[in-house]
Amino acid sequence: MSHATTHEHDHHDEKPKGFVKRWLLTTNHKDIGTLYLIFALIMFFIGGAMALIIRLELFQPGLQFVQPDFFNQLTTVHALAMIFGAVMPAFVGLANWMIPMMIGAPDMALPRMNNWSFWIMPFAFAILLSTFFMDGGAPAAGWTMYPPLVLQGGKNVAFMVFAIHLMGISSIMGAINIIATVLNMRAPGMDFLKMPLFVWTWLITAFLLIAVMPVLAGAVTMILTDHYFGTSFFNAAGGGDPVLYQHIFWFFGHPEVYILILPAFGVISEIIPAFARKPLFGYTAMVYATASIAFLSFIVWAHHMFTVGMPLGGELFFMYATMLIAIPTGVKIFNWVSTMWQGAMTFEAPMLWAIAFVVLFTIGGFSGIMLAIAPADFQYHDTYFVVAHFHYVLVTGAVFAIIAAVYYWLPKWTGHMYDEKLAKWHFWLSVISVNVLFFPQHFLGLAGMPRRIPDYATQFVEFNMISSIGAFVFGFSQLLFVYLVWKTAKGGEKASSRVWKGAKGLEWTVPSPAPHHTFQDNAPVNDADLAHGSAH
Amino acid sequence: MTTHRIRSAFYFLIFLMAVWLPAAQAELALNLSEGVTEFSRDVYQLHMIVLWICVAIGVVVFGAMIYSIAKHRKSKGNKPAQFSHSTKAEVIWTIIPIIILIVMAFPATRVLIKMEDPKDMDMTIKITGYQWKWRYDYLDEGFGFLSTLDRKSNLARQPDSGIDPETVPNYLLDVDNPLVVPVNTKIRFLLTADDVIHSWWVPALGWKRDAIPGFINQAWTEILKPGVYRGQCAELCGKDHGFMPVVVKAVSKEEYRQWVAQMKGEQVQQAKMDQKTWSKADLMAKGQEIFETQCASCHQKNGQGMPPAFPSLVDSATVKGSLEGLIHTVKFGRPGTAMSAFGNILTDSDLAAVVTYVRNAFGQRDDTVQPQDVAAVTQS
Ligand SMILES: [Cu+2]
Ligand SMILES: [Cu+2]
Repeated sequence: MSHATTHEHDHHDEKPKGFVKRWLLTTNHKDIGTLYLIFALIMFFIGGAMALIIRLELFQPGLQFVQPDFFNQLTTVHALAMIFGAVMPAFVGLANWMIPMMIGAPDMALPRMNNWSFWIMPFAFAILLSTFFMDGGAPAAGWTMYPPLVLQGGKNVAFMVFAIHLMGISSIMGAINIIATVLNMRAPGMDFLKMPLFVWTWLITAFLLIAVMPVLAGAVTMILTDHYFGTSFFNAAGGGDPVLYQHIFWFFGHPEVYILILPAFGVISEIIPAFARKPLFGYTAMVYATASIAFLSFIVWAHHMFTVGMPLGGELFFMYATMLIAIPTGVKIFNWVSTMWQGAMTFEAPMLWAIAFVVLFTIGGFSGIMLAIAPADFQYHDTYFVVAHFHYVLVTGAVFAIIAAVYYWLPKWTGHMYDEKLAKWHFWLSVISVNVLFFPQHFLGLAGMPRRIPDYATQFVEFNMISSIGAFVFGFSQLLFVYLVWKTAKGGEKASSRVWKGAKGLEWTVPSPAPHHTFQDNAPVNDADLAHGSAH
Repeated sequence: MTTHRIRSAFYFLIFLMAVWLPAAQAELALNLSEGVTEFSRDVYQLHMIVLWICVAIGVVVFGAMIYSIAKHRKSKGNKPAQFSHSTKAEVIWTIIPIIILIVMAFPATRVLIKMEDPKDMDMTIKITGYQWKWRYDYLDEGFGFLSTLDRKSNLARQPDSGIDPETVPNYLLDVDNPLVVPVNTKIRFLLTADDVIHSWWVPALGWKRDAIPGFINQAWTEILKPGVYRGQCAELCGKDHGFMPVVVKAVSKEEYRQWVAQMKGEQVQQAKMDQKTWSKADLMAKGQEIFETQCASCHQKNGQGMPPAFPSLVDSATVKGSLEGLIHTVKFGRPGTAMSAFGNILTDSDLAAVVTYVRNAFGQRDDTVQPQDVAAVTQS
């Protein structure tokens, strides 16, 4: 990546020398983006390793490898690591790299804060992961941290709460930065309705983050004071209310799932038009659909709580509101298919991952509609059916979109083409194994297997075995991805500035690799370079 | 190119067969059970309606995608169209989903209203969740009992037990004392919990409901067919969450009456137990049995526990300290920890036995505790 020769002196490409200056003190959006992406990849493997231990234990009935308490620690920290450590930072990394380039800005609006919001993350996760080595181990009450169970944790409660506070601070700072950048730093002529969808979805996501991260911080702070200072926010014996916690948590938690998926919608909306060589279908509708999903996400939280015993009116309201989300989500899916329709498609790796995203995310959406039906949820709730549902949405949804984005923009970042043949291997291995991994979990849930159990009745043996096999193939296939990215960073066929023939947007007007500083002269943008520059 | 395609398709097929064939042979449960109540059957139908609607939408959407992928590719020399929106199409695919959702909402609302309207109940059972067992109180009859994981499953589930779970009948889905209920009777359940949140679930009844400390939740059922129906706790409730099954035994009304009479007889016996003075040997024997079923999952058979969450009892200050303090801890629990108030669960003679056992076996103190001593300790 750093080929700073003495003669090739270009003031656009002055990278600070030395690790501390280049990475620790960096204020450059591209370097911070890279840091975020590398961090996310490391957390993806840490969280993935936990998932593999879980699947190893579940390969057969009986307890072979881990104690039940450690099993609960694994499911808890696996989720926290994947959500807050892998998926969210990966999207922030993509935002850092791409948003300034997509809107013609020289950098993020608040570069020093940008540095800070990244460097908080390793500390947050060092705190969280350190609990594994303490007396009593890591938090084991699930990533939802429901009291009273979470209050039975030992020291790890304080560590978990402070780690979440730090992650929240980092996310909020990242979100403020993105909003400030998008609102203030657009090049002349980059109107709101000419912005790429990735920028739009991130702008809306950033508002969601600012709205709900403080809510989570409040909820876990009350856990902290209940545990250490004798308050009774959630303790019924002291006049508190354990169900109140669930309301507060899911008021954060449901928008959170859209924080994880809206930027993915943005990525897919960039990739499909590029490889269909056709404008995105219904650009404005896509923007409005994103905004209405974001709005609806605030009024559906209690669909996670149909079994806590709400009054009928509450159950009906949350059921109807949740069903409504299917409409804007449907619009998105139909628009992607219409974008493909009558295009001239080619199927390079980013497109393959994007197509897999559309199909498999839709399957996750179907199980989502089923879960929205309150009386049926009395059966589905807290079973493997739910586990299958959210892994379709988050793995074959969010994670697939991140991988698609990396293949799509990697040549722009490194200046080299990745190895297409190997990338196809990576794709096919992943897409087959991920279905072997998660599809049978639908059957397990319907047949009655609860989630978060380390051992199970013998009628669940076969599908657990199949699922575990899928897990191992999927997990190890991702090593191929690391190798591919590393190899591309090292060298390979030179990438042109446009990289993909059908790709539109300002990022493709700068050379590959993108110079260390882009768009210094703030020139007006040329509509022809934009995907949505002309009439829509 | 074509042969290459065919070959890959062939490999894919072999792969699918390798995965699915063993599954098909074993006749696996793939779907929700229809269950044995009107509600569970309604839910099953609702589930099937929504599932088939999703399948139909999937066929249309994925069909269009597959067609497009096959036809609209550059390798076929396709020229890309340049249309970018169509108000008509967009209105259509906003309105059609709305109609489909309304179609689904009607039956869902009807079934939900029926579930949430417990009228004209014939009897009431209170269900209390504990870490990690259930207590059933027959409020109309005035008796109740605990229901814990069956001994055989409990032995087999220990790490390195050497017992193959396949050889244990109803592995992890069997209990010592099932909930016995009459068929064709409307039963109201009141659900609560003593320590953390649990969720009481029997798929054949069609629902689960959370048992929450400090709350009393309500649910009801009317079982139409005699039989044994199995389920599990569905809300993560700590270490042994996976090991607190629910077993419901539905019997004819006549059989139920006989069972109630028998239980009442046992209750009279039980009361006598709390009155009499026990010999130390009897207390120790009974205490050990209770310790192993109620206490050993946390404190371990040898009393060493799993510190720091589950402290060791061996030579512990509480166990060796004042007898009253020890009885208090066992009877009223330690709020904010996993140590629950066993006074709510066990009779005075059971408590006397288990305290005697713990005191002697782990505290090295030669004491005997009588039921009357337990009754004398009040909450402080
Ligand atoms: Cu939700
Ligand atoms: Cu439980």
